[in-house]
Amino acid sequence: MGHVFAFHGGIHPPENKRQSTRKPIRQAPLPQHLVLPLAQHLGAPAEPLVKPGDRVLKGQLIASAAGRVSAALHAPTSGVISSIGPYPVPHASGMEGTCIMLEADGEERWIEHQGLADFRRMPKSELIDFIRNSGIAGMGGAGFPTDVKLHLGEDHIVNTLIINAAECEPYITADDMLMRERAEDIVAGIEVIAHLLEPSHILIGTEDNKPQAVRALEKALKGCKLNIDIRVVPTKYPSGGEKQLIKLLTDVEVPSGRIPADVGIVCQNVGTAYAIARAVRHGEPLISRIVTLTGDALGQPQNFETLIGTPYQLLLEASRVSDRKLYRLVVGGPMMGFAVDNDQIPVIKTTNCLIASTYDEMPPAPPAQECIRCGLCEQVCPAELLPQQLYWFAKGRELDKAKHHNLFDCIECGACSYVCSSYIPLVQYYRNAKAEIRTEEAEQRKAEHARQRFEARQARLEAEKAEKEARRKARAEEAARNQAKKKDQSEAVAAAPSGGVGDLKALKTAAAVARTKLKKAQKAVDSARESGSGDLAALESELQQAQQKADAAQQALDAAERGDAQAAGQPDLKQLKTAAAVARTKLKQAEKALKNAEDKGQDGVEALRATVQQLTAKAEAAQQAYETAEKGESAGGADTAKVAELKADMDAARGKVEKAQKALDDAIASGSPAAEKMKAGVEKLQGKYEDARKAWEAAAGTAQPGASPAKLAELKADMHAAGAKVEKAQKALDDAIASGSPAAEKMKAGVAKLQGKYNEAHKAWLDAGGEAQAPTQTEKPDLKALKQQVSIMRTKLKKAEKALEEGEGSEAEVQELRQRHDAAKAELDGAEQARIAEAAAAGVDLKQLQIDAALARAAVTKAERALGKAGDDDREALRQALQEANLKAEELNQTLSRFE
Amino acid sequence: MSAVIIAILVLLGLATVFGILLGFASVRFKVEGNPIVDQIDALLPQTQCGQCGYPGCRPYAEAIAGGDAINKCPPGGQSTIEALADLLDVEAVPLDDEHGEEKPRSVAYIREDECIGCTKCIQACPVDAILGAAKQMHTVIASECTGCDLCVEPCPVDCIDMIPIETTLNTWKWPAPTPGVQLIATDAGRGRMQHGDAA
Repeated sequence: MGHVFAFHGGIHPPENKRQSTRKPIRQAPLPQHLVLPLAQHLGAPAEPLVKPGDRVLKGQLIASAAGRVSAALHAPTSGVISSIGPYPVPHASGMEGTCIMLEADGEERWIEHQGLADFRRMPKSELIDFIRNSGIAGMGGAGFPTDVKLHLGEDHIVNTLIINAAECEPYITADDMLMRERAEDIVAGIEVIAHLLEPSHILIGTEDNKPQAVRALEKALKGCKLNIDIRVVPTKYPSGGEKQLIKLLTDVEVPSGRIPADVGIVCQNVGTAYAIARAVRHGEPLISRIVTLTGDALGQPQNFETLIGTPYQLLLEASRVSDRKLYRLVVGGPMMGFAVDNDQIPVIKTTNCLIASTYDEMPPAPPAQECIRCGLCEQVCPAELLPQQLYWFAKGRELDKAKHHNLFDCIECGACSYVCSSYIPLVQYYRNAKAEIRTEEAEQRKAEHARQRFEARQARLEAEKAEKEARRKARAEEAARNQAKKKDQSEAVAAAPSGGVGDLKALKTAAAVARTKLKKAQKAVDSARESGSGDLAALESELQQAQQKADAAQQALDAAERGDAQAAGQPDLKQLKTAAAVARTKLKQAEKALKNAEDKGQDGVEALRATVQQLTAKAEAAQQAYETAEKGESAGGADTAKVAELKADMDAARGKVEKAQKALDDAIASGSPAAEKMKAGVEKLQGKYEDARKAWEAAAGTAQPGASPAKLAELKADMHAAGAKVEKAQKALDDAIASGSPAAEKMKAGVAKLQGKYNEAHKAWLDAGGEAQAPTQTEKPDLKALKQQVSIMRTKLKKAEKALEEGEGSEAEVQELRQRHDAAKAELDGAEQARIAEAAAAGVDLKQLQIDAALARAAVTKAERALGKAGDDDREALRQALQEANLKAEELNQTLSRFE
Repeated sequence: MSAVIIAILVLLGLATVFGILLGFASVRFKVEGNPIVDQIDALLPQTQCGQCGYPGCRPYAEAIAGGDAINKCPPGGQSTIEALADLLDVEAVPLDDEHGEEKPRSVAYIREDECIGCTKCIQACPVDAILGAAKQMHTVIASECTGCDLCVEPCPVDCIDMIPIETTLNTWKWPAPTPGVQLIATDAGRGRMQHGDAA
């Protein structure tokens, strides 16, 4: 026996160990239901490998270690897994934890297992893994996974291995009995640990109240080659604390916040050494342990070898518990254990003792008084702290100060509470303060993490915004540059209008400007003439100049246009047509002016007439250019667009003819001398119209066979246009009749003609499209188009009906319109039906519907919430809103249910 | 006379030297920003919920440094107010009800089969704790959620719940002992009697 040192403080509570050492260790009865918590150790809970209904054998792995600091779990007996779920576990909180429930079958059939023949030949890492897979966690009370401690030999120099056999807490005798009866296995376990850690010195520390255990160990150590010393220390609580035992045996103090391995020492409990021996020698995982059953409420206090997962109740009954006497059931020792009120809680790997105490044995703590600063607590604190000071800090929530006074060095041994003359529950204050500090630190970490994420998000959003802004700026700059370029170009073109294929637009602008100037000059001339003021000649010469300029500009434009069209390899029909139309308009204006002048018998009629002729020539030239271009195109292939073009052209010509005719009629009626000339003009126009019509007919004739949908649309448009014209004409006619105008007769004829034309167009459309329309529409039912068509039909029908009511229009037409309307309507309905059916079949719109319904429902709840919050003023309005939302939601729900 | 001049010169010289020293130090060791803002920001819970009326915790920290009230942070609760009072050496005042009440820490949970994938909550989350894409179901990364509530309001189908974080065996805290005298002496005797009856 070597020299023994001392540690500061400590107490001498009544030992109460004799009661449970009178009998040898007894095998506990086999429970029917075993409860196996997944977290029986420090660190991460194990992960279950079985599911309810699985049949397991004794010693089978049922949950594997999850992570570095964790321990595996094995089935303590053979049976069936009944369930996995929450169940009360031994914890100071009395809360539930996840457990695997095992229904024992009573057969105790072992899984195939085998000890290691020679662990010394094995690589150390494999041996440590073997121990890890046996699920061994510190048996002293904390349950730290043993394999983690065995790895310490790799990165620390371990001088001393201390086997903790002090068992200093009152009542507990599990280690004592283990040493008395199974010393040999303990020594074998120490050999395994020593092999892994290679310490130069091994110390077994035990108290002087276990002489029998010491004798048994000494006997077992005979013949052991290891350098093992048994050191018997004086009985004092808490000599079994790791740091206290190290101080007692080696006089080395473990620095605050460090582990013993940092000073070259590793501690293991005797129970752990025994468990390692069972695993290595026999291949038995940790499925049972020695539990002390003691306390005055038991008839037979003793130690049991108990399967892990055995409910307390079974052990208490086996010890002949007296329910009448039982006042408090304590798990662990009286100093550091905690009381539980449920005897169905199971034994776990760290359960070393159960105390079934009577009221007299463990009376409730007397009410706490004020601290009188007696200083007893400081004298007994084995960690050399200032308990009184810590108490003030913990009570006053000055957690920082408590931390600075080394609160975390407190081992919660309870010595200070034990001696406190004011019965202050000091340890509970410290535990609470520790938990508060830990929570605060965790929250601080989380807050820091959240701040980082928030800032990262802010930075990202900022960057996105900046990028967007940059893109927007770049676009704006690009646009500005383009604008400037265009401006430059147009200026250049204006400066040199004849510059090859110039910018058409610029030329057009120039021409328009010239025309405006011309008009202005014309006006000036007219006004001068009217007022009879002098300087007419000068004005007229100006007018001539403007005219010339305008002509030049127009020519340049025409030339450019032609060039452009030729360059493009395709005459721009539209442009030409526009040009022709413009020319015609001008011509008409001029004609009107001429007529006015002639009516009034003014001077300058001659000049005007000349202008009119000039314009006529120009219009004809434009028309010709257009026609030649068109012909060129029609030579390339008479396509439907061309036909339409021709048709429009023809219509225009006819319109012109009509107008001219009308003008002529007017002229004749008023006895104007220009009537003769006008008649000639009308005839000419008539001829042109005939030409146009022929061209159209020719083109239409070739295009007809290949009546395409485009052509069809064109025809339809024609027909509609004709219809509109008819209506207009009809109206004009009505007006004329009403006002008793003499032109009514003529107008009537015109209307009849237009009507005929409309009928013609209609027929053409029917011929071309009657059958073509149906297939195209069934191919792809465009609901929108159909709807539009139906509405158009409806409008037309109504108009026709109205006309019929007023005595105009034909009944046949109305009938026809009605039929067509009905047909269109039927088509639309069919398409809609098909669509709904399709949606129902494919479920395409189901999701949309669901979303709509969900949105509506949410709107209802939101409205309800708003209603709840709102004051009386808004209540009515809100209620209405709620009702509306309700209605909508209901409707949508119904629709949805129809589909579902 | 010369003694006076020497004294004046010495004092002048000293003033110049120290002036230069101080001027240099003020430039060389200039502190960027207001350091108190960082300290305040570190005390705030960083939920970024905006219940204080500022767009995030740091703006509120800046506002406090500028003299705003310290009791506008419901997620931080009384403990944050006390910590701030401690730091700023002002009176700790109760939480301002106007900005909400202290609630237990919670975490957002999306009822996933009701989610329509509108991404509105993703845009609202200040710490990017919601995962999802347009027309895809969204979910909350519980470990990143600060429980700020900001995602609840924008949800068009109300499928987000704030679930209080449950205490597990790992997060359970020892309760603080009830301080002071719980029982007067005669009541203690009665308790003993009752227990005696029960036993």
